[in-house]
Amino acid sequence: MQHDDVIWDLIGNDSFCSYKVKTKTQRFCRNEYNLTGLCNRSSCPLANSQYATVREEKGRCYLYMKVVERAAFPARMWEKVKLDRNYAKALEQIDENLMYWPQFIRHKCKQRLTKIAQYLIRIRKLTLKRQRKLVPLSRKVERREKRREEKALIAAQLENAIEKELLDRLKQGTYGDIYNFPIHAFNKAMEKQEEETESEEAEDEEEPVTREFVADDEFEESDLSDFEDMNNLKGSSDEEEDAEEESREEEESEEELEEEKTKAQSKGKAPLKGPIRKKRAYVEIEYEQETEPAQKSKAT
Amino acid sequence: KKVKPDEAPVQEMGQAEGEETEKKSVSGPCFPPTFSVSEIKNKQRRHAMFLKLKEEKRKAPPKEVPKTIENQRIYDETTVNPEDEEVAFDEGTDEFSAYFSRLTNPKVLITTSDRPRGRTVRFCEQLATVIPHAHVYYRRGLALKRVIPQCVSRGFTYVMVINEDRKVPNGLVLCHLPDGPTAHFKVSNVRLRKEMKRRGKDPTEHVPEVILNNFTTRLGHSIGRLFAALFPHDPQFVGRQVATFHNQRDFIFFRFHRYIFKNEKKVGIQELGPRFTLKLRSLQKGTFDSKFGEYEWVHKRHEMDSSRRKFHL
Repeated sequence: MQHDDVIWDLIGNDSFCSYKVKTKTQRFCRNEYNLTGLCNRSSCPLANSQYATVREEKGRCYLYMKVVERAAFPARMWEKVKLDRNYAKALEQIDENLMYWPQFIRHKCKQRLTKIAQYLIRIRKLTLKRQRKLVPLSRKVERREKRREEKALIAAQLENAIEKELLDRLKQGTYGDIYNFPIHAFNKAMEKQEEETESEEAEDEEEPVTREFVADDEFEESDLSDFEDMNNLKGSSDEEEDAEEESREEEESEEELEEEKTKAQSKGKAPLKGPIRKKRAYVEIEYEQETEPAQKSKAT
Repeated sequence: KKVKPDEAPVQEMGQAEGEETEKKSVSGPCFPPTFSVSEIKNKQRRHAMFLKLKEEKRKAPPKEVPKTIENQRIYDETTVNPEDEEVAFDEGTDEFSAYFSRLTNPKVLITTSDRPRGRTVRFCEQLATVIPHAHVYYRRGLALKRVIPQCVSRGFTYVMVINEDRKVPNGLVLCHLPDGPTAHFKVSNVRLRKEMKRRGKDPTEHVPEVILNNFTTRLGHSIGRLFAALFPHDPQFVGRQVATFHNQRDFIFFRFHRYIFKNEKKVGIQELGPRFTLKLRSLQKGTFDSKFGEYEWVHKRHEMDSSRRKFHL
């Protein structure tokens, strides 16, 4: 025999029921067959031997019914009726199946069917629209990326880079004649040309040093001057080879001049020595100039 | 005997001087490897060598070049050589060739994801002032795949979709229209105009210049061209505005400045406009098609983020 009241006494108000979820203001029932979802005397599927629910499976609604006669057969306790897809027809089906049942259960079943139908419609509408895919972010990765971004920002030195790029564009002349700084560009061009010539001359400097044999300090050519014939001899031989020697001398003089220039421009590396002249015989003559002593003014 | 010691040091000093002069011309005499100053018997010469060694130690060591991540970057095989013919040929025939041969003018459509919040909306508006010929449209839940053919028919060259999460823009999809590549970026550090310190007045309608920095690899080149094609060809130098896309370690920093040349060596810049950073997540050939599209490059975290010295852009 089903003693609903006894059952309700045991599980109902303030007693334990494993399907009960209690909050401060309300009691909920987690039983799947519960019609309203609340824990009440009239909504509890355990404490009512005649009970009905509407449930939804894979988009189809079913009406479940429980009667006292099958209370002893738990396997067959719930009668499952498939409801029509059409909402109005399904309501009629409910009415037909729950014909002489209590008003509460009938009403609640229809309400539940309405709710289910509405949310099924909504699901179908949403699946037609674009789905929003949720991509989980890893907190560790996000933190790492943020830190790397900060470091990259510091390394980028954006303002400097932008300024440099703009100045480069100005120098290249992409801005045309808008800005009146052509003087500087002209100067720069001149500097570049000077640099090129300097580099050419610097290359000339690297020529191998020509060796020359220089007389000693104490040596005077006056010792050799007795041999004036030597010079004559040299002169005669020179006349024969004038043409060749002149050209050679010219070249030598040019080289000497160039060397002079390079030596002048090289920043004081070696003291400048003039072209080496042959020491000729000469006599030193001293001059003295007598200056009259200033007359002493005699005070008279 | 007295003469000898006088002469010897004089001669050897002379020799020492000679050696020193030799050292100046030749790169130092060759000493045997196991040589220390204390083995020289001659006091004068030993002293001279010792002084020289001490002076060399006191001199500051040559300044070393510090190692930076950019110095130590792993060399990427796809780095573009400026004279590379293959690259030049590719760039002459890719989707941007129409833009670069001045056949088309850019026209940009800016939109957001569904239901944008205030920050994103303002960001879109500011972007529209920065990019000339840009139009902002409200996305009313439209599917991108349907938006794109409509844009093509109306002559747009770019679609920019700003994705939003928790009231903050965090993603950017940049799609070049007549079946051009689609790039998906992660957006971070968005600063709107009113959050900028020391900013100038609002940008004018002049066409800004574009600066693209540090796009070295093939991938970087294509992304750089993607950005360049956003802006019209001929910048109006009167406006003195410049938009910069600077790539550093795979982060692309966007800045918008107004510049003024104070003299030939100095330029002053003033930041206007929004700033944000981008990080490329994927580059897809063809217009936006996330399911069936052919991806040229996808950021795979486990493969690509393992080394701190390897960058792809």
